[in-house]
Amino acid sequence: MTDLSNQTVAPKVVQKSRLRVFLDSDIYYTFRRSPVAVVSTIVVTILVLSAIFAPLIASTNPFDPASLNLMNGFTAPMTPNAFTGESFLLGTDDQGRDVFSTILYGMRVSLFVGVAAVLFAMVLGITLGLISGYVGGWTETIIMRTADVQLTFPSILVAMLIFGIAKGFTPIEYRDQMAIWVLIIAIGLSDWVQFARVVRGATLVEKRKEYVEAARLIGRTPYAIMLRHILPNVLSPVLVIATISLALAIIAEATLSFLGVGAPPTQPSLGTLIRIGQGFLFSGEWWILLFPAFTLLTLALSVNLLGDWLRDALNPRLR
Amino acid sequence: MALISVKNLTRVFDVSKPWLNRVIERRGKAFLTAVSDVDFEVTERTTYGLVGESGSGKSTIGRMLVGLLTPSGGTVEIEGVNLATETDAKKVDVIRSDIQMIFQDPYASLNPRWRVRDIIVEPVVARGGDATGLAERLLEQVGLSALDAGKFPHEFSGGQRQRICIARALSSEPKLIVCDEPTSALDVSVQAQVLNLMSDLKDNFGLTYVLISHDLTVVRHMADRIGVLYLGRLVEEAGAEDLFADTKHPYTKMLLEAAPQIDGFGREAALPEGEIPDPINPPSGCAFHPRCPIAKNICTQERPDLREVGQTRVACHFAQ
Repeated sequence: MTDLSNQTVAPKVVQKSRLRVFLDSDIYYTFRRSPVAVVSTIVVTILVLSAIFAPLIASTNPFDPASLNLMNGFTAPMTPNAFTGESFLLGTDDQGRDVFSTILYGMRVSLFVGVAAVLFAMVLGITLGLISGYVGGWTETIIMRTADVQLTFPSILVAMLIFGIAKGFTPIEYRDQMAIWVLIIAIGLSDWVQFARVVRGATLVEKRKEYVEAARLIGRTPYAIMLRHILPNVLSPVLVIATISLALAIIAEATLSFLGVGAPPTQPSLGTLIRIGQGFLFSGEWWILLFPAFTLLTLALSVNLLGDWLRDALNPRLR
Repeated sequence: MALISVKNLTRVFDVSKPWLNRVIERRGKAFLTAVSDVDFEVTERTTYGLVGESGSGKSTIGRMLVGLLTPSGGTVEIEGVNLATETDAKKVDVIRSDIQMIFQDPYASLNPRWRVRDIIVEPVVARGGDATGLAERLLEQVGLSALDAGKFPHEFSGGQRQRICIARALSSEPKLIVCDEPTSALDVSVQAQVLNLMSDLKDNFGLTYVLISHDLTVVRHMADRIGVLYLGRLVEEAGAEDLFADTKHPYTKMLLEAAPQIDGFGREAALPEGEIPDPINPPSGCAFHPRCPIAKNICTQERPDLREVGQTRVACHFAQ
């Protein structure tokens, strides 16, 4: 036996790197153990990256008229065109645009609208939820009853309504430019309710805890307490809803665009591409519809599966 | 000079059902009087103990002392300033930094997302003070390591968390610390450590404590003066030794007999009879009369005032 009595034991301080902390965390462990989560993360990453780098990947910019050749119209996938002899991976549409390129550019619009709409809904929902949970009284009644009323309408209807009203107020020459932003606000406004409800519920729990009282008694303002004390403690359910909402927002955007009230033809999203494609479905040009639709399905499904996994992983009661 | 002076302190809670239920069930509003007409003073650098069963209003008084609740009636003056009515923001700020509180549940009283360092210095930083090295110094003073400052609360045990709470309470250099059942969530072995730490700090920092507890042994060990509460009213108040040696009020006697005693191990304990009555409909006269062994007719009709008997203040018709 070694004699330890004379040795001073230096306190062991191991400063873990952030990456190490993450790799050791429970979340990463459950992630690695779930094949669904791993696969959907890979798929989402590939789709997002290819949307971001669309100009580098796509062979042509499908919305630049100079790069189009009408003679290439209706080329089937992987088949040389009868007139020009050009061949396209996923074929072309009626105007000779490469379907693969339009999908990449369309996904950009879809993802941008989806992410921005969820962020908007999140900021709005968290703010209103925190205020109604913390302040209570009439403020809470007004905010939450508004939310309840809005929940009785299908969110796509609310989005259409907002989109329509906003369009009416926009001068015609700005409509196409503004369409994307109006779309974001419309989808965001139709989606804030769940954020507000969850945040309010969590706030009601947190504000009774003694650490909030400790902050109140040293005279911190309600603003500081809500932002610095309560907000960090209510964020994990918000993360789950945000992921699931992202899938829903992408689908909502596609639905609106499919109905012709969403992204303008100059900035088509996946929904717009599907709308264009469904006109040719019964005349045999199936690829114009099918490939954008399949991309939308893959995107929405993998984001959704990721959200489901996140919900299970962050909910200790399901473990 | 008295640091705290409490006069006719009253707190009423509205416990009515929502108005729609009241309309349908044809009921009026319901009020719960948690604290009524409480008077006491706390001298600087002493410990004042508040004891009573659950529901006796001791925590409510604690919350009013620190300004978390506003009194429905009466006043709390700390160094001559009434926090509920004072309009001079500077004075309020000075008094607020003189008051701190230690809570019952060490698991809920530390923000789980904050590092210990930030938790401890918050009372200083919130006022724009400089807190360099303060957390480390305080952590060592409460018996933890300076290295703990970078950790999160979930890395500590209940007793250690309570020490962190004490460090936070000390950071703004307060004069008064209100301790709301500071040890009732801790193991017995840890309770003694935390209480001894609190007594040491009291001497080192010149603190005044208001110690709220249901545990008579804790209060006896710590307090210089003790107030016994029953259903929101002070029924007996005396110096710690007097209260235990010469108990005047039958309720205090009942509590003392029920408390576990080391030398009386295995003795037949006299359990308190009955339960604390419904504070929404308190009994007439002396609120204790339904449980009191010496109650007479007068007790059901007249409420006894708090009067001085020797060194003790007691609210009983028959106290001598």
